[in-house]
Amino acid sequence: MGLLIPQASDTIQELSVEELRAKVGTGMEIVDAEEHMLLSMGPQHPSTHGVLRLLVELDGETVVNLAPDIGFLHTGIEKTMENKRYVKALVATDRMDYLTPMSNNLVYTMAVEKLLGVEVTPRAKTLRLILAELSRLASHLVWLGTSALDLAAMSVFLYCFREREYILDIFEMVSGQRMMVSYIRPGGLWRDVPEEFVPAVRKLLDFMPAKIADYEALLTHNPIFEMRTQGVGTISSEDAIAWGLTGPSLRASGVDWDLRRDQPYLDYASYDFKVPVETAGDVYARYLVRIQEMRECLRLIRQGLDRLKPGPVNIDDHKIVPPPRAELGQSMEAVIHHFKLWTEGFSAPEGFVYQAIESPRGEIGCYLRGNGTNKPARVHFRGPSFVNLASLPLMSKNRFIADVVAIIGSIDIVLGEIDR
Amino acid sequence: MTPGEIAIRALILGFIISLAVITGFAYTTLLERKVLARMQARVGPNRTGYIPIPWRGGEKRFLGGFMQPAADAVKLFFKEDPTPAKVDRVIYNLAPMLAVIPAILILAVIPWAPAFQLGPWKFQPYFAIAPGINVGVLFILAVTSIGVYGVVLAGWGSNSKYAVMGGIRASAQMISYELALGIIVLIPIMMADSMDLGVIVNGQRPIWYVFMQPLAALVFFIAALAELQRAPFDLLEAEQELSAGFNVEYAGMRFGMFFMAEYMKMISLSAIFATFFLGGYGGPLVDKFPWLGFIYIFIKIVACLFLMIWIRATLPRFRYDQLMGFGWKTLLPIAVLNFLVTAVLIVMAEEGTLTPIIDSVTQFFVG
Repeated sequence: MGLLIPQASDTIQELSVEELRAKVGTGMEIVDAEEHMLLSMGPQHPSTHGVLRLLVELDGETVVNLAPDIGFLHTGIEKTMENKRYVKALVATDRMDYLTPMSNNLVYTMAVEKLLGVEVTPRAKTLRLILAELSRLASHLVWLGTSALDLAAMSVFLYCFREREYILDIFEMVSGQRMMVSYIRPGGLWRDVPEEFVPAVRKLLDFMPAKIADYEALLTHNPIFEMRTQGVGTISSEDAIAWGLTGPSLRASGVDWDLRRDQPYLDYASYDFKVPVETAGDVYARYLVRIQEMRECLRLIRQGLDRLKPGPVNIDDHKIVPPPRAELGQSMEAVIHHFKLWTEGFSAPEGFVYQAIESPRGEIGCYLRGNGTNKPARVHFRGPSFVNLASLPLMSKNRFIADVVAIIGSIDIVLGEIDR
Repeated sequence: MTPGEIAIRALILGFIISLAVITGFAYTTLLERKVLARMQARVGPNRTGYIPIPWRGGEKRFLGGFMQPAADAVKLFFKEDPTPAKVDRVIYNLAPMLAVIPAILILAVIPWAPAFQLGPWKFQPYFAIAPGINVGVLFILAVTSIGVYGVVLAGWGSNSKYAVMGGIRASAQMISYELALGIIVLIPIMMADSMDLGVIVNGQRPIWYVFMQPLAALVFFIAALAELQRAPFDLLEAEQELSAGFNVEYAGMRFGMFFMAEYMKMISLSAIFATFFLGGYGGPLVDKFPWLGFIYIFIKIVACLFLMIWIRATLPRFRYDQLMGFGWKTLLPIAVLNFLVTAVLIVMAEEGTLTPIIDSVTQFFVG
């Protein structure tokens, strides 16, 4: 069997399967090269959620074998961060998992604070929690919209994006940016939230439950949706643990594990929220878990707003946090701090830390090594999308090609974070 | 009239109706975009072409977007239309035509209005391009089946894996749903006792068949959706799975012809559904004013189109095996059972054995 792939010279060349395999380099085991069809899905494909490429071996419509091929969006974020000062490196984290920038900000900032040994103010903690949950809600809305669109339920997509837009407007209100927020900074926040923030979030809390009910009305008991998702992409709890799945995908397989409750950070331990768990482990279970998580997000945000007390959002250490603008005219010390921070930045001690939080996609971890200078010696992220994607071949073996699309949607990957 | 006159009349009428339906196709796309947009909290096309009306000092833009189909057509005509290397050129060029021609041909037998006199021409027994064909239903079934060749050949000729999969899905889907459609079509035929569409329309006075045979109408509508490859049966161009399926290698007006075929088939199958189950051109006062027939069938067609668009906005897509299972295990048995029961009841009614049974049942319940 010959395969056609276009070459750089614009002519078309016949390649044997072995040559192609050497070229694509996914290391996939090809079962029957003569009878089966090798299909290269992506990197430009409507439903691979970005620039994921899948090499699929098909027997008719059935997937015999499948290998994800990643790296088309590699931007060298971790290396870039090593060459930037601690605060400036923060902007790279926004661009990693661009659907939930607040979570990335949070994990990196918490790692830096752990290395520096500082404790942020209560108001900053509460605001961070509210913003992290808002961005979880926004991320789940994108997931729900796109994964429903993968099953061709196109209206849900637009409804979800309408509500996500409202959350992005809130982000713009607090940080000036819709997606690349860079709002959560070492020592606290960039600045306090404006006074419109609380009413805007309260309004979201008011209309959101009805909207979630709308999505559920369109999908949860829709017979076609149930047919497409139930029993599809099943992964057992043992396999899920063995493959390192985290987040909603893990909880859908019956493993009750959520870092917000089991390794509490911020003040999650004192909040009242449920961790939804389903046992079926299929696409439908992952859908149910995320839908319930959206409701829990609303509960957490409401509790956070109720606890929000006036107070400073930044720590009182101007070696780390720049002094307020008003002080610059009166205090020589403030001018010096300001100058030092904007020319040199703060230095972190030698040592390494690992900080993990629960992002909407699972455990996002930040390994940070300081060497006493003003730049991190090494930054590494444990990305949940990257690890979750590894189980895709396991889930989609012997399924239909249409199921692969549903499964990719259900594990909720973001290629920006996979390739980093 | 002599056969020559009939042929000339059919040619002229056919030309006019084809043009009308091509315009109708263009505005069906606009209808779909506008209705989908409203259902999805969007605005839809509202820029191309509007009628400015002075309104409180400023101007109000009336009918915004009504020239959008013309703009789309111009775009499609002037777009570069490359032929990919290594395609089978004959099949590749033939396929769009094979898709679009049957879609237009179906319109030949659809009755648009009752008999009336138009200038020198007298339309008997009803107004159609080819009135009074006594195998009208067979003609429809035959012509709709040809349409699938366009899709299958496009998939095969494109030399693309996605397109081949789309083409194979199309042929399998067509075979499965043609059966249910064919059997359901027998029910109006039996009830009207004719294959002539005009007789079927007249048989629906005073009660439309949709009220006498709601199940049959439902099965017909579902099978028609599958025949049209509309959502939720649009597997062969499943954007999320196969990029665009059979038409992935087409661009410009050759793609436009597939698009045209899909929407013209939507119109013609809506017209067929209206004729079989919704009383066709029938309606109040249609005997006195025959031109009302055009309006009635137009309203019924638009209602069917709206239903199709609504379904597209609501439902996810079937999977290939589920589509097959639904066609063979659900739709076909229902169709056969419906057909059998209808046949038995009609024979019983003709032999007069049905009335005593109905009487006894009424007595049992009424007392």
